[in-house]
Amino acid sequence: MSDAVLHPARAPRAIPVREILPWAVLCGLLCLIAIYFVGAEEGATSLISGTSVHEFVHDGRHLLGFPCH
Amino acid sequence: MVGRLILRGLLCGLVAGLLAFGFARLFGEPLVERAIAFETAMDQAKGEAPEHEVVSRETQAGLGLLTGTVVVGTALGGLFALAFALLHGRLGSSNARETAALLALAGFVVLAVVPLIKYPANPPSIGDPDTIGLRTALYFELIALSLAAGALGTALARLLASARGVFDANLAGIALFAALVAAALWFMPAVDEVPEHFSAVLLWQFRMTALGIQAVIWSTIGLGFGTFAHRLLENIPLGDAPVRTATAAR
Repeated sequence: MSDAVLHPARAPRAIPVREILPWAVLCGLLCLIAIYFVGAEEGATSLISGTSVHEFVHDGRHLLGFPCH
Repeated sequence: MVGRLILRGLLCGLVAGLLAFGFARLFGEPLVERAIAFETAMDQAKGEAPEHEVVSRETQAGLGLLTGTVVVGTALGGLFALAFALLHGRLGSSNARETAALLALAGFVVLAVVPLIKYPANPPSIGDPDTIGLRTALYFELIALSLAAGALGTALARLLASARGVFDANLAGIALFAALVAAALWFMPAVDEVPEHFSAVLLWQFRMTALGIQAVIWSTIGLGFGTFAHRLLENIPLGDAPVRTATAAR
């Protein structure tokens, strides 16, 4: 608690964008692909033939609000 | 630092997905079952054979639902951590917990509430399979517009903050966001594919449950990630009592 009085709040240091960029490309892309497979694969577009991915995540797709059927 | 933030985001997202599964299983699945019973009755009335089961209902409502919520929760957690890394320290002097809570609230409104107004979640038996391409495109277009409106509103609030004060600047940013979203909702086409005689009460309950699932995911990510990010950025080892931040001393 005493710290709070001795060192008044300072604005937090921002992380440089060039440090974030590689992570944003790699991790951001992987996360979006993961959401695509639960949300839209074998619906509007299909990378894998058949309907097994769609049927497996069927309830999740409905309840998470993605368009289905 | 970014990698360690993302790891924490993914973990909080994983927990959020597990909690969302519990919520969806408890409140959502009974509604899905009732909607499927309606669909089956409709098919029988039309003399159509019942749909061939590729995956059993038990799997869809169990492992399938768990996979869906955990994958989406974890992925949202990762994206949340990236957004946090980009915004923290760039939007005023909020500490990590405040930034995370506000970012989660914004994510809930921009990615869950706005799409729900125009293209809400639908239970089985609603939706024409022939229009799935159009409906999916409209849904993701609205999300893109909502994100753009959120970014512009945030930029305006940041621009005005020093001249007009934080409160008025934030109000202006929210007003811009609301106006842009209202315009998008006005111009985007409506989708009306609810079959005749489908229970309005069931439809309402299903959509509110879907909103509840989003609330579980976003609040878990926002509050959980905020706590971990705060400890990481302030170098507080796990197990220590959380240090009160110096907001009051300003």
